[in-house]
Amino acid sequence: MDSIFTLLASGILEAMQPLNFMMIIIGCTIGLLVGAMPGLGSVNGVAILLPITFLVPPTAAIIFLAAIYYGAMYGGAISSITLGIPGASTAVATVFDGRPLAQSGKADRALIAAAIASFIGGTISVVLFTLFAPPLAAFALKFGPPEEFALMVLAFATFIGLGGDDIPKTIFSILIGLVLATIGLDIISGQPRLIFGDITGFLHGINFLVLAIGIYGIGEMLWTLETTRGEVTVHKVKMSVRSFLASLREIKSYIGTTSLGSVIGYFVGTLPAAGATPASLMSYGLAKTFSSKPETFGKGNVAGVAAPEAGNNAASTGSMLPMITLGIPGSPTTAILLGGMIIWGLRPGPLLFTEHPEFVWGLIGSLYIANFATVLINLAFIPVFVKILTLPFTILAPTIYILCVVGGYAPTQTMHDVWLMFLFGIIGYLLRKLNYPVAPAVLAIVLGPLAERSLRQSLLASQGEMTIFIERPISLVCILLAIALISYPTIQKLIKRRRAQATSGEK
Amino acid sequence: MTVRTTELVAAIVCALCSIGLMVKSAELNIGWVAGKGPGPGAWPFWLSSGMLLVSVITVYRWFRKITPESRNLEIFITRDRLVVVGVSAGSILFLLVATHIVGIYFSLFLFLLFYLKFVGRHSWPLTIVLMIGIPVFIFCLFEWALKIPLPKSFTEPMFYPIYDLMYS
Repeated sequence: MDSIFTLLASGILEAMQPLNFMMIIIGCTIGLLVGAMPGLGSVNGVAILLPITFLVPPTAAIIFLAAIYYGAMYGGAISSITLGIPGASTAVATVFDGRPLAQSGKADRALIAAAIASFIGGTISVVLFTLFAPPLAAFALKFGPPEEFALMVLAFATFIGLGGDDIPKTIFSILIGLVLATIGLDIISGQPRLIFGDITGFLHGINFLVLAIGIYGIGEMLWTLETTRGEVTVHKVKMSVRSFLASLREIKSYIGTTSLGSVIGYFVGTLPAAGATPASLMSYGLAKTFSSKPETFGKGNVAGVAAPEAGNNAASTGSMLPMITLGIPGSPTTAILLGGMIIWGLRPGPLLFTEHPEFVWGLIGSLYIANFATVLINLAFIPVFVKILTLPFTILAPTIYILCVVGGYAPTQTMHDVWLMFLFGIIGYLLRKLNYPVAPAVLAIVLGPLAERSLRQSLLASQGEMTIFIERPISLVCILLAIALISYPTIQKLIKRRRAQATSGEK
Repeated sequence: MTVRTTELVAAIVCALCSIGLMVKSAELNIGWVAGKGPGPGAWPFWLSSGMLLVSVITVYRWFRKITPESRNLEIFITRDRLVVVGVSAGSILFLLVATHIVGIYFSLFLFLLFYLKFVGRHSWPLTIVLMIGIPVFIFCLFEWALKIPLPKSFTEPMFYPIYDLMYS
């Protein structure tokens, strides 16, 4: 226990280094802006800005990206409340009560509650993260290739079981991501694979950023343009010291449910498919259930704004837990962070704690500081962020397209990748309109090379016997959990059907 | 085209792509290589077979009208939405093609002129400030700070004086 505190203290000191501290402040501010803009969330910000982080050392780079992630979770609430459109899907539940509050002229109370609740969620989850990460990483050190592969199967199974999207389409998305990851030179034999039309550009493989920027940059902007048509109305926000103090006094009315929501949000966040959106919805549901006046929810209850905001912040920290300790991202945003770590030459997973402690603890320390920084920046500049929301789409959209194009060019410096990115953007947009989930593909292209290597190493060790995955206890547990998750939607449907038959039989 | 038709077309295209990927993977060894484990083509081959299988399931579900999209008879993309999305997609396409011809900076210039002035109908002063400001910012960030040269095509010599300033 003592060693955790020493390591944490060194991590916080590392995060306080001038460069890292500056990265936190800039990252939080950008995150708040990105989160506040309708249609853009943490994943878009992180994907589009990752190429720029080659400017600084890896620790500063991940601190910057994690700060964007953090800031975006706070920022999502700003547009949910003042525009009535969630700034990101993670802030959907914030609209339920945030919008009615803004309509009745209490936008300031909602915004302050959102910021404070985010801070509570962030604090609780960061403490949980610090306590859980080292033992989990130590446990994961026992993992060999079969366990790694089984764990990845489990990660993908969560999308099928908990993603809530059409199952065949989800599987398609996972598989295409994995296939795209195989393009290029084979990691074991060195042979070129899937080189279409002998185009040399495919030889270096498809960088995950090309897919991520295509889908989350270009595809997402096209989607947002189509759905909002760039027309939004902003609610006025009046801030005063008196209303600020009055809002602070309200904290005690929601601190209980908010803390509980944070704990649940954290654990939901660690699951790859679940993440911040369901976490915020669950936290909202919980606050409503435990409230003495549940009928006021949805009509402008401050607790209804606080609960989902605490939930989504806690979940974003939670999703970093499997990324850092197991090398399995807990959300699309952490998938991109993980891809970034591979580019920086770091192998995510349990060894990171022993090989690069300054990196891991610097990141953890930065989360503590980012939490304080974001709540302060957020509270101090609420009017500024609200003003920025009025930025016309016809300025925002071309700026983002340009960042996508140059960002897609930067990692490999070929126009081939930029064209691919554009193609993925268009395909991603069209498939999304048909309800194909895109997040599993991004996760799969990042995990693809790792999954293939662990599968082939396992099969080589077992001489081709697939039973190796069920002979070892940890991988057996993962596989069984994966089977349970995959069959969960079918079982649920059967139970529903049986219940429906039973009730119709009674009539 | 209705959403229902698009759903079927998309599933068929996905199935065809899967077959293409299977054939392409089968050019390599998809069986067992003694002492080396599965051949290099095995993993992508079985993944693409899986893609084919789920695409066929989607087609089956289309016939049985199971997915919400297969019951949706609305237009997939209405004309005015197509214009909004098409203008964006078309202008990025233009940006990429122009980059091959006149290099990225002049393309950015034209792209911003078109988007800000003709799509956004912003004032001339704002258009000109952003038209010059954004490419300059991109240049400083990528060429100067990140040391990543962006494609300039035949306009490269125009940048020599700036390189001299940067690296002298």
